[in-house]
Amino acid sequence: MTPNALTNTGPVVRVQDLRKSYGNFEAVRGISFSIAAGETFALLGPNGAGKSTTIEILEGYRGRDSGEVSVLGVDPHRGGLDWKARLGIVLQTSAETGNATVTEQLRHFAGFYPNPRDIDEVIDAAGLRGKARTRISKLSGGQRRRVDVALGIIGRPELLFLDEPTTGFDPEARHQFWDLIRTLKGEGTTILLTTHYLDEAAQLGDRAGIIAGGRLIEIGPIDELGGADARVPLVRWRDASGRPREQRTDSPARLVADLVAAADGAEPDELEIIRPSLEDVYLGLVRDDEAKIPATDVPTTAGLIQKEMRA
Amino acid sequence: MTTTSAARPRPTTTTVRVPGPGTTVRLGISRIRYETRLYFRSPDTLLFTFFFPFIMLGIFTAAFSAAGNIGGDDNGVGGVSVGAYYLPGMLAAGMLLSGVQNLAVDIAGEKSDGTLKRLGGTPLSPLSYFLGKIGQVFVTATLQAALLLLVARVLFSIELPSDPEKWATFAWVFVFGVITSAFVGIALSALPRSGKSATAVVAPIVLVLQFISGVYLQFTTLPDWMQNLASVFPLKWMAQGMRSVFLPDSFAAAEQNGAWDLVAVAVALGLWLVVGLVLSRVTFRWIRRDA
Repeated sequence: MTPNALTNTGPVVRVQDLRKSYGNFEAVRGISFSIAAGETFALLGPNGAGKSTTIEILEGYRGRDSGEVSVLGVDPHRGGLDWKARLGIVLQTSAETGNATVTEQLRHFAGFYPNPRDIDEVIDAAGLRGKARTRISKLSGGQRRRVDVALGIIGRPELLFLDEPTTGFDPEARHQFWDLIRTLKGEGTTILLTTHYLDEAAQLGDRAGIIAGGRLIEIGPIDELGGADARVPLVRWRDASGRPREQRTDSPARLVADLVAAADGAEPDELEIIRPSLEDVYLGLVRDDEAKIPATDVPTTAGLIQKEMRA
Repeated sequence: MTTTSAARPRPTTTTVRVPGPGTTVRLGISRIRYETRLYFRSPDTLLFTFFFPFIMLGIFTAAFSAAGNIGGDDNGVGGVSVGAYYLPGMLAAGMLLSGVQNLAVDIAGEKSDGTLKRLGGTPLSPLSYFLGKIGQVFVTATLQAALLLLVARVLFSIELPSDPEKWATFAWVFVFGVITSAFVGIALSALPRSGKSATAVVAPIVLVLQFISGVYLQFTTLPDWMQNLASVFPLKWMAQGMRSVFLPDSFAAAEQNGAWDLVAVAVALGLWLVVGLVLSRVTFRWIRRDA
């Protein structure tokens, strides 16, 4: 079975003016977005911006104060077991003691779902072949995270939630993970990803939304975030008097040629041409947003964690 | 959104639209196997729940045997050996530990380490989860009791009853007591604020109950007020039921009402079963309630 991504024309996730407060603290202040079938949507933003609250509302773990939410056509607040059978959830944290082996755990969880994936295939795809008979408690942090991901996909979900899935991975494991996610995308799985690794969002995401201070400050295709201006290449050099210079231009090659010509053919010092990465664009957007908000309004991470714990 | 899930052409999900009782029971049995396997892989549980009554039986027998039989006449003739006297109490303690201590600590830990949150995101019914827990308690408590009786007979040469009627009493007190303990354990798991503090919260409660309910101290020698206090809790009744099975009928006269009072045992366990069930139902959450 493949999820019917192509025959289903409506959005898989639809969020309209979502709001959620903890006491006096407004964690989510009116967020709207939707995710089409088969799409990978990256939700980006600083810690405490409201990402986890939003994703947990979509997963059915948290209630909301107002707004409309539909996930696979169902209000998560009323989602039953048949609805959960169509989801895969990889939570941000897991600290289970893990006295079961990798294979035992996957086989046990596979039994919960009507049409699970083959256990051996998932073990191979998650790069856990060598650890299949090892107790989860004996695995390294990165290996345990792979078990989390394996448990998230064992039920062949139509919609997969990945909340910071590659934290603690080494670079090789991260690339393996990306391959796994591309395979799932190829099968038509819709994916909601949160991550602090902007290269990961750029590698996997079709579109992204950036949340800051409980609001969606930007949304769009990954390569169009921040608008065209944010992506104008930057040329940096040190001029004849030793002063650092930089200039944004759509025609960096011409600028460099002009510099060379102006210096009678001499190499400009410390010349760089920089195309802003997603990370640069993201940091620019978040900084601009913080500058707009009065300081008292910006929640600290510690404050938010306290609030989440109380919640 | 306009597309409803019912409109999706998904044959596999329409056949499992509502997971039926068959699925709930099938997954419950799968949980029992899984939970029981993990129980025997946890050294803490093995020591403080499974083998604890064995250790205590050994200590009491070694410590007090020199003082002679219990319940004999003034010349020390008759009565039963120290081991035989403590066996029913240790069986009752095993039932309490397997249910209350095991589940209260286990579930509090699962709540704080994210196990429950993960399960809550899967199509596992809470009912299957509970079947797994209660089944695990039942399987492990049965193994524990069987092993305890074997050790009593073989190592401590304690005479076991031969009357089938006694064993019938044993069966219902055991089954009833273990299931009651399991529900009380699930209810009590709501009390610890974290997995780390669970043992510190649960163990003293269970320990005090064992002292006042006649597991470690001869119940009939306890002051009246302590006996009355113990009568509020289920362990006293489990121990009394077990004494009726394993001690000679002459010991019944020393009980609170001068009789084994098995009807009162059944009523007390029944009340606690209902209390445990209701509290379990009311307090259990896959995740802590949000604000």
